[in-house]
Amino acid sequence: MAERPPAEGDRNAASAGDNRPALSLHVPEPKYRPGDAVDFSHIQVPEAGAQARPDETVDPKDMLDLAHDLIRVLGDDNKAHGPWDPKLDPETLRTMLGHMAMTRAFDERMFRGQRQGKTSFYMKCTGEEATSVSASMALAADDMIFPSYRQQGILIQRGYPMIEMINQIYSNRGDKLKGRQLPIMYSSREHNFFSISGNLATQTPQAVGWAMASAIKGDSRIAATWVGEGSTAEGDFHSACLFATVYNAPVILNVVNNQWAISSFSGFAGAERSTFAARGVGYGIASLRVDGNDPLACYAAEQWAANRARANAGPTLIEFFSYRAEGHSTSDDPSGYRSAQEREEWPLGDPVMRLKNHLIAIGEWDEERQEKMDLEAAEYVKKVTKEAEANGILGHGLHHPFRTMFEDVFEELPWHLKEQSEQAIRERETKFPEGLPNEGNGA
Amino acid sequence: MSDTQTETAPTSEAPAERRLNMIEAINEALDVTMSRDDNIVVMGEDVGYFGGVFRCTAGLQEKYGKSRVFDTPISECGIIAAAVGMGAYGLRPVPEIQFADYIYPGLDQLISEAARLRYRSAGEYTSPMTVRSPFGGGIFGGQTHSQSPEAIFAHVSGLKTVIPATPYDAKGLLISCIEDNDPVIFFEPKRIYNGPFSGYYDKPVQPWKKFDASIVPEGHYTIPLGKARHATEGEELTILAYGTMVHVVEAVCAEKGIEADILDLRTIVPLDIEAIEESVKKTGRCLIVHEATRTAGFGAELSALVTERCFYHLEAPVERVTGFDTPYPHSLEWAYFPGPIRIGEALDKILSE
Repeated sequence: MAERPPAEGDRNAASAGDNRPALSLHVPEPKYRPGDAVDFSHIQVPEAGAQARPDETVDPKDMLDLAHDLIRVLGDDNKAHGPWDPKLDPETLRTMLGHMAMTRAFDERMFRGQRQGKTSFYMKCTGEEATSVSASMALAADDMIFPSYRQQGILIQRGYPMIEMINQIYSNRGDKLKGRQLPIMYSSREHNFFSISGNLATQTPQAVGWAMASAIKGDSRIAATWVGEGSTAEGDFHSACLFATVYNAPVILNVVNNQWAISSFSGFAGAERSTFAARGVGYGIASLRVDGNDPLACYAAEQWAANRARANAGPTLIEFFSYRAEGHSTSDDPSGYRSAQEREEWPLGDPVMRLKNHLIAIGEWDEERQEKMDLEAAEYVKKVTKEAEANGILGHGLHHPFRTMFEDVFEELPWHLKEQSEQAIRERETKFPEGLPNEGNGA
Repeated sequence: MSDTQTETAPTSEAPAERRLNMIEAINEALDVTMSRDDNIVVMGEDVGYFGGVFRCTAGLQEKYGKSRVFDTPISECGIIAAAVGMGAYGLRPVPEIQFADYIYPGLDQLISEAARLRYRSAGEYTSPMTVRSPFGGGIFGGQTHSQSPEAIFAHVSGLKTVIPATPYDAKGLLISCIEDNDPVIFFEPKRIYNGPFSGYYDKPVQPWKKFDASIVPEGHYTIPLGKARHATEGEELTILAYGTMVHVVEAVCAEKGIEADILDLRTIVPLDIEAIEESVKKTGRCLIVHEATRTAGFGAELSALVTERCFYHLEAPVERVTGFDTPYPHSLEWAYFPGPIRIGEALDKILSE
């Protein structure tokens, strides 16, 4: 074969190499580490009420700025401002405050219960209560929720019995999930609350599928799903955005940007380059970036999105810009990777305080009533906790009967599971020849 | 699942000689179930207007409308996830994954979600989906259109895995799968869509209509999941196979004059362990044949089960004939495929012990 002369491109490549700069890898790094003084002045906090509120049926390309702005209603004066003010009556505002206070009291008690060895695991949502409670209040009770693991506020808002939550956390004989799930991975079909997975972002495209089904059947119910900013990195999130826009699904994709995914700051999910709301823009999805610590803004944004979905005008992506005030879970100690000052310096404040101060500012609340409400919430949680403890705590034998371990793998028990179930019962009898101790409802 | 446990008779008196290939039988199963239940929806890449790259969904969109039969983005994760959500709503989705080789982006949604939803929610939510997907080689599909990944799904608790080998079975099994309340993987051996395969790629393809297994009744009938079929009955040895390989072992045995008890497993989860035990205890010899790669293939599970349960009846070690532990090669497809020579060698060995 004849020798072929080198192509022009090859010659350039061979000679250019020496002059080219060495490449370097950018690895994101949070601004502050333990012990650092925190200065959040780089975070743009626009004036409350300054953001335009388009009609719910707007073309997404005519609202691009709202994916980068920050929708705020409550100002520094604790008053509601601007077109996003949902104009809720004082009674509704007090109800909202009550749910948020109850959620916080619940978190405090359950966290303590884990530290006392009553269960293996717990996750608080401190500082993020508005992103679940206020948002959920803007939905209808029969709208379907596909939650992540930090939306206990929705269950509390929807009136799910607290004892069911605690039974689940304790994996006791009262746990209607039969002790199969990690604590806080609730499920309540009755409350239109989908089973929490524990695998991240899987619920996001499932919510879109549910919403598609609702549209297929000519139903009027919509779906709403929650995901953390860190989990938007999963492919599932992108599948969700794609399916939502392709089928114009009646779904709300809520992204709770609480800045931290365990020890990884939001930069590892892309926050150094753009907002999470802006991810919706590329898909042609209406996208809102919202002050997640402003309960009125959270409500208003969710209500806007619900109206849009219900009008067959399509999906909405909402980024709730917030801050995870506590550790990721009881297994996490944030003092090992972030500055303790962050929580104090967070420029958007605390959602419970902001709503409380708003109610006080409009003359519908006072410190005394707040104190009474907090106390009553704590007392209520304590009382329900005691009731739940009568059903047992984790590891103290009062769990579901042993045979239930093999149920619900399939609708019916196939032969191989029957055989394995018999083996498990034999092992149990070998361990406890005198009879099975504390077997709950019996083995 | 209750009404899929027993074989049910056709709902209409069909002319005895109505013969369909496997594609037509699958299409008819979808049609029959969709006409009976408005909650059944079909979705997947190219399944709508075009009717699927293998034509299995042809005509369905026209008949049932775009909201029940529609194309999807090229996102297997999204397809399976949407089906999970639809199942939670109350629909009975039948997603198609265009090739089994493409199913992996949807695995997390299948393994961590669909398969475990009933368990993790203690029955509050279920995932009654049937994932249809053409699988297996023999069509010059190269390493991305030829795989047989059934063992991956058999390994997952909460999934059923079904593989038909004839048009009659394809229709009856698919109807059972769609009506089942658990998630099912329905692998369609695409090499035998148009006719059974003797294993001799250099001989002309025999169309299904020459075989009685292509006589497919009209209307609704079911074949229970977990019940094997005797492809042939014999005393010399038991052969466990499914899909394409049922026909290959049948042809090889006929050629060699071996009277084998060939069990077409039809479903690998749930498995018809009774039929397997009964046959192996009768013959004392067992050959397992599958097209998938060998190591940790479903043949390993079958071999272990037969050894555990029939050891004192065995007159020879259990043998496996499988694909090799390489990706499915394009040009050397027939060197990879567990064809008549590999099967013949194993038969000679097991029968000489």
